[in-house]
Amino acid sequence: MQSAISLSLSPSSSITRSDCSVAANAYLCTPRSLRFCGLRRKVFESKSFHSLKVSTRLVPCSRESNFNKVCAALQSNGTPSKGGFDYDLVIIGAGVGGHGAALHAVEKGLKTAIIEGDVIGGTCVNRGCVPSKALLAVSGRMRELQNEHHMKSFGLQVAAAGYDRQGVADHANNLASKIRSNLTNSMKALGVDILTGTGTILGPQKLKFGKGGSGDTFVTAKDIIIATGSVPLVPKGIEVDGKSVITSDHALKLEFVPEWIAIVGSGYIGLEFSDVYTALGSEVTFIEALDQLMPGFDPEIGKLAQRVLINPRKIDYHTGVFASKITPAKDGKPVIIELIDAKTKEPKGTVEVDAALIATGRAPFTQGLGLENINVQTQRGFVPVDERMRVIDANGMLVPHLYCIGDANGKLMLAHAASAQGISVVEQVSGNDHVLNHLSIPAACFTHPEISMVGLTEPQAREKAEKEGFEMSITKTSFKANTKALAENEGEGLAKLIYRPDTGEILGVHIFGMHAADLIHEASNAIAMGTRIQDLKFAVHAHPTLSEVLDELFKSAKVKVNSSSPIAQPVAV
Amino acid sequence: MSHVLHTTFIPTTKTSLRRQFRKIHHNPTAGRIQIQSKIREIFMPALSSTMTEGKIVSWVKSEGDKLSKGESVVVVESDKADMDVESFYDGYLASIIVEEGLSAPIGSPIALLAESEDEIALAKSQTPSSSTAADAASEKDTTTTNTDDGVAAVASVKVSTTSSTAVDLGSVKVGSGVHLASEGGKRVVASPYAKKLAKELGLDLSGVVGSGPNGRVVAKDVEAAVVAAANVSVSGTGPAVAPEAAKSSGRAVVELGSVVPFTTMQGAVSRNMVESLSVPTFRVGYTITTDALDALYKKIKSKGVTMTALLAKATALALVKHPVVNSSCRDGKSFTYNSQINIAVAVAIDGGLITPVLQDADKIDLYSLSRKWKELVDKARAKQLQPHEYNSGTFTLSNLGMFGVDRFDAILPPGTGAIMAIGASQPSLIGNKDGRIGLKSQMQVNVTADHRVIYGADLAAFLQTLAIIIEDPKDLTL
Repeated sequence: MQSAISLSLSPSSSITRSDCSVAANAYLCTPRSLRFCGLRRKVFESKSFHSLKVSTRLVPCSRESNFNKVCAALQSNGTPSKGGFDYDLVIIGAGVGGHGAALHAVEKGLKTAIIEGDVIGGTCVNRGCVPSKALLAVSGRMRELQNEHHMKSFGLQVAAAGYDRQGVADHANNLASKIRSNLTNSMKALGVDILTGTGTILGPQKLKFGKGGSGDTFVTAKDIIIATGSVPLVPKGIEVDGKSVITSDHALKLEFVPEWIAIVGSGYIGLEFSDVYTALGSEVTFIEALDQLMPGFDPEIGKLAQRVLINPRKIDYHTGVFASKITPAKDGKPVIIELIDAKTKEPKGTVEVDAALIATGRAPFTQGLGLENINVQTQRGFVPVDERMRVIDANGMLVPHLYCIGDANGKLMLAHAASAQGISVVEQVSGNDHVLNHLSIPAACFTHPEISMVGLTEPQAREKAEKEGFEMSITKTSFKANTKALAENEGEGLAKLIYRPDTGEILGVHIFGMHAADLIHEASNAIAMGTRIQDLKFAVHAHPTLSEVLDELFKSAKVKVNSSSPIAQPVAV
Repeated sequence: MSHVLHTTFIPTTKTSLRRQFRKIHHNPTAGRIQIQSKIREIFMPALSSTMTEGKIVSWVKSEGDKLSKGESVVVVESDKADMDVESFYDGYLASIIVEEGLSAPIGSPIALLAESEDEIALAKSQTPSSSTAADAASEKDTTTTNTDDGVAAVASVKVSTTSSTAVDLGSVKVGSGVHLASEGGKRVVASPYAKKLAKELGLDLSGVVGSGPNGRVVAKDVEAAVVAAANVSVSGTGPAVAPEAAKSSGRAVVELGSVVPFTTMQGAVSRNMVESLSVPTFRVGYTITTDALDALYKKIKSKGVTMTALLAKATALALVKHPVVNSSCRDGKSFTYNSQINIAVAVAIDGGLITPVLQDADKIDLYSLSRKWKELVDKARAKQLQPHEYNSGTFTLSNLGMFGVDRFDAILPPGTGAIMAIGASQPSLIGNKDGRIGLKSQMQVNVTADHRVIYGADLAAFLQTLAIIIEDPKDLTL
């Protein structure tokens, strides 16, 4: 028992050391890993959860000061501050954004409640990033096993690879429920009140929750965060039947693998599903309204991605067209998609397929929030906010004590962005002004190979440079030259750095290649911390690792200023 | 078998493809000795096994730029991907022969690389103009640089060394059926992979019969169509009537004891061969006396009538009376009775094989049919056959008689109901019922048919009719 305690508490104590300047010791019971989505950290998370339980049980017999504080935070979830509110903070929506905010709020000593009308975890955990990663993990392996040339070059012999659809679907479902319970437990463990029902704002600092009608419970809160997220966007004229015409919600259940599926929209969602479906043997037709596939990616990366992810696969595409009408399959007829020119609206023929996946983006879910009670008008469904996530009303005035984070505000529709926004809001309501730098938030597309990016794309950077009159440079490195990538036979890839040679500031980094999604953080952290390239050049990377792609990238940048970091004291080794 | 497929008719073969072979077999040391100037050519690399030419997407370097070994020089778009091509040598990009946006066959020079700045001018003077770039490959000797060096640039990407054996079968199709989901044939409904594959193999999809859901064309159909012609060759029908048949094709040199993986095409053939096992075929043979036919042929030969036309005409007339033998089974559930009688005849060309089609052979008179046949053979030699001229057959003839083969059988090409293998006409001693013995010329024919639609009695009746027509051929000239 004793050893268990020391083991389990070690993460929090190490954090105490590294973090002592930032926060008061008292609330450091939350290991850092719990703060964020926690999706990729289930091992860590469950371990720390376990540790907390252990420590709670041990409280009576062990009166060590550190434990005392842990318990205080655990049992009281803070105490509401003066003003007679039920809670310091109520978060509407227990997705990744709400969860991140709740954990940070507890850490900050706020009495916190979270209202969820559906399932804990929101889109990301139940119908988004999490189950899709499970499917992509399968598709990546299938792809490898099916690539005879690739296997042969390793000297491996693999008999024909096959899959069991239900098994794949179960993997995705099991992962989602596991992460969901981790998320729920982590909040329960910290004492966050989970209130079930639909949350409606009644007025400033006042809301109700419940199933509607008279059974609703009224609560007051000093501050309220809207984190209601989004639902798949289905454009007009498209009839979703959940069987042959589906959204990502249905697709993630993988109830069937069509022979031929049309994917409407070639953004992240569409691209990831094309990876899954083609690996499982489907043929894919992309329907993209813009003139090129993968809009939103850096054009050069998009072009390379098309060469690798689209052209060699069983995929074709129609660009510059809208799917004006999609009729689900019935009476033995296939799914019929009518296309019109995106600009002229002229008919551009029809496509007949076995299934259609609507991946045209996501629409904010703000219905029933009671925004009208506080005179807030949504813009295309999104809740208008300022750079501090403070909600703006119809008159352009800030609504006091009301914040909106995540997909509902539409600033950057990514789970980790929502979480970061939530933490930023909690910092503010705790009295520390904080503005989140959205340009430091990385984004990733988990195709094989992966695509990741942070900051500006080349055209965006060029425009900015022109407007602000600074010089902009670009440097690139290839995975072809990376030992680890070659060892894995995955030499296809490119990393691109957009920067200011006069200051060494990173404007954007784009990576296409093996494990790009994991590699991007060196760049995103540098942007977030304001680290300059001239300093990064001196950072050491283990050899041989894929991270050397970025090492080489930074080293190849031609910055006109020298490193500014002070010379370190010699450390004896 | 593999060598036959290797050299299958290639309508789009570039001279460069052959040149590529030469280059590979060339003794490199011989070239090296001749190096006079230090100007090297950068060749259009073979980026994929099916690539015959590449398009210059962009020149990364401009004329006069210094190049170091391993540096990207140009981005090339092949049928599969855009790829950076790197230089294998240090030097200067002296001259760009093929401008951006233009295409060049693989192996043809696309730029000149000078070793020193001084040689740039020299290199420039040797540059053929861009407009003739496409021909440059075949006129290698006119460019005075050391092309025999055979090196210069190669793709930085891993390119299969077997790429030079690229077999582009060209457009081959079977069946004349109209796609169910295609609004009367105006539109082809094909799956993305089928389209991609068809493009890769140079196949025109209009007319390919789809076996996928709702009659859509799927990859399997494309492979089947591509293999259709090869199929005939595999079945041993080989060279036909035309005199060029005698020209033996060069056998690819193979290393004994080695295992050579199938190319994409051969893989497709293999799959389709296996798939052909799913069609329940059977064979019925018949011996036909040809004295009357031979006599007729002798008489009208001077008018340009060929034996092929005679046999095709006779077959077509027999098919008129037995439409079921001209039918096919496309979905395993129904007969597809073809409205036309189109006789496909296997012809060997350049070691490969194609099946020009005599359309409406029952309706067109023998003399026109003969002229048509000559025209088709000429076109086939010039590799100018249009898709409908070799893919619309409803019944196939294969004749190995000119080699003295007395009997053989053929594998049924997908999408058709029957194929007839024709052996040599040979003098035989025949005993008559009335006790007389005489010398008669006889040939054996052997029909392979799909038993789902064509039954033994159908073939027997058809062959009987055919024998009557051939043994009393006066109707052929009507």
